[in-house]
Amino acid sequence: MPITKVLEAQIDHVSILDEHGNFDESLGKGLIPDEDLIKLYGHMVICRLLDEVAFKLQRSGRMGTYPQNMGQEAPSLGAAYALETTDWMVTCYRENCGLFWRGLPMEKILQHWMGDERGNDIPRELHATPIAVPIGTQMLHATGLAWAAKYRGEKRVACTFFGDGATSEGDFHEAMNFAANLDIPVVFFCQNNQWAISVPGKIQCSAPTVAQRGFAYGMDCLRCDGNDIFAVVHCMNKAIASGRDNKRPTFIEAVTYRLGDHTTADDARRYRDAEEVELWKARDPITRIKAFMKSRKIWDDSKQAELEEHADEAVSAAVKRAEGIEAPNKEDFFNWMYAELPEQLVVQRDTMRTSSIGQDPSQIESPQASQQS
Amino acid sequence: MTRTIEYRDALNEAMSEEMRRDERVFLLGEEVAEYDGAYKVSRGMLQEFGPKRVVDTPISESGFSGMAIGAAMLGLRPIVEFMSWSFSLVAADPILNNAPKMLYMSGGQFGCPIVIRGNDGAGGQLGSTHSWCVEGLYANVPGMKMVIPAFPADAKGLLKSAIRDDDPVFFLESERLLAYKDEVPEEEYLIPIGKALVRRPGTDCTLVSFGRPVHFCLEAAEELAREGISCEVIDGRTIRPLDIDTIVQSVKKTNYCVVVDQSWPFASPGAEIAAQVHAACFDDLDNAVGRVHSADVPTPYASELEQEYLPNARRICEAVRATTYNA
Repeated sequence: MPITKVLEAQIDHVSILDEHGNFDESLGKGLIPDEDLIKLYGHMVICRLLDEVAFKLQRSGRMGTYPQNMGQEAPSLGAAYALETTDWMVTCYRENCGLFWRGLPMEKILQHWMGDERGNDIPRELHATPIAVPIGTQMLHATGLAWAAKYRGEKRVACTFFGDGATSEGDFHEAMNFAANLDIPVVFFCQNNQWAISVPGKIQCSAPTVAQRGFAYGMDCLRCDGNDIFAVVHCMNKAIASGRDNKRPTFIEAVTYRLGDHTTADDARRYRDAEEVELWKARDPITRIKAFMKSRKIWDDSKQAELEEHADEAVSAAVKRAEGIEAPNKEDFFNWMYAELPEQLVVQRDTMRTSSIGQDPSQIESPQASQQS
Repeated sequence: MTRTIEYRDALNEAMSEEMRRDERVFLLGEEVAEYDGAYKVSRGMLQEFGPKRVVDTPISESGFSGMAIGAAMLGLRPIVEFMSWSFSLVAADPILNNAPKMLYMSGGQFGCPIVIRGNDGAGGQLGSTHSWCVEGLYANVPGMKMVIPAFPADAKGLLKSAIRDDDPVFFLESERLLAYKDEVPEEEYLIPIGKALVRRPGTDCTLVSFGRPVHFCLEAAEELAREGISCEVIDGRTIRPLDIDTIVQSVKKTNYCVVVDQSWPFASPGAEIAAQVHAACFDDLDNAVGRVHSADVPTPYASELEQEYLPNARRICEAVRATTYNA
């Protein structure tokens, strides 16, 4: 037989709780205990409110450009729920919900987008890296972090998040190739939200799924309804076990939708249909959990009212804390340049003038003196 | 006690000694393991340290430098070998946009103790895409250190310091110096980053250079001495942070200065040194600082043109004569 089949591929799409309330008992039973589901739901509600408030803060000039997370709460939250806190979360900027679950104070996210570098100073014990705004660079860092964990004999995995657009970047392919060929325990978590600013998914990937990109690198690939937190947790559990036990990477495509604009600097109405947005609003990750919990009699309107009140308070308090943070000193921008500040930078810091380079510091007049003269 | 070894073996000793000393240090890059390195710098290291610590990577510069940054964030001390710094251009984002900013952008949380090393400058008829002198291009970026040794003993002592350094260090070697033999101490030693060295004392003109052109300066100084011009040759050894004090001290004595820099003239380390010397020695200089660079064109492929394109002893002699009014 001159022609033989050398590869047969299959991509599984996982859906456990769909938008119509159908729940797959065989996959979903016991996956998330009720008390956890209530907490997860509460997190999503708070995160959604923070997102809406952040949008208003930007519109009223109290915050800089902000990328809304609305509609994409479930993917990072499900992932963070499935991970251990000692596992690395290497995120971009639509993983607020997962980071909050990990323990990141909400004011840190606000502070960051208010234009303060210190918002990215994430508490060390959270094992999360600074928010990566350039597209795709963080996937290589995640691969390196997981490499280092394996090198040190630790059973940790790194989970890195990125969008569908990032799968067109070279760094995505280089990171995937590395992790697969060198047995590095990384979970590559693609939040396929269908749009890279104004560019639709089909321009990033003409194959029927993004997930199949992982096949080319010889790694396991999973696809799920990203707005179904059960499905996300199911896929994550598989990926984490494979990473922890066998040091194998996994590629997960979580199909979701960016309900808001790319950032506050964008207006998505200019390039996408209102019907499409309406379709995805019906698939909202939050409303389906609420309906599910009500059907299971573990949630009711009074609990909802209580939660909403708590969410209001929590978000207002976070905004207050973020706005109460004192502005950094201008001398501070020389901090953290090097482990030890080189002499020429010390001179620049002390004189606040680059013109001082090469001059004897003792002969340089102070900035104040020069203003007076 | 010293013995005479090649520059490449000095590099090998530096890496091997530091890997014996510190479990966190590992080497990765194309061909570094099975093949002993494209230029045999890592000869025997796979045998000694095994594949966990001497890692052959895919041909993927952005990939392995970005991954090394991640490993450094978790406290490992990766040594990344670029076969040539020319190939670092495809890894510009990790090495310029991530490594030197990681500490800063994480508010001090994630350091990036990474060494990136490889051949810099014209290797001899490799054509313009493979002959980059990256010092002019990269020295502009704050947050990293840049080291460019000209002699085997410096290569070893500086590489050991670079590996122990808590910040990213760009370590620029030269293919044309790898086989250069010179005395290297047998005992353990370090050479501090950021310290220049007077290679040859002199009284009439200060010659400042870095890396391979230091050898051309010493050649030129020999010739000029026969004409009665005594040059003080300073081997900068580190570009960032720059040891301007050693240069200024010399210029205050000689009153003349010529900078020899193998990068292109515009916005180069040579331009920076000239500006700093003009500012610091304004009253001491008897002429403007002279500058010798590579010509402002892509590196030519033809041997005759390449020799003429680079700073060489003849061009340095001409610049010193002109600067000291001996033309």
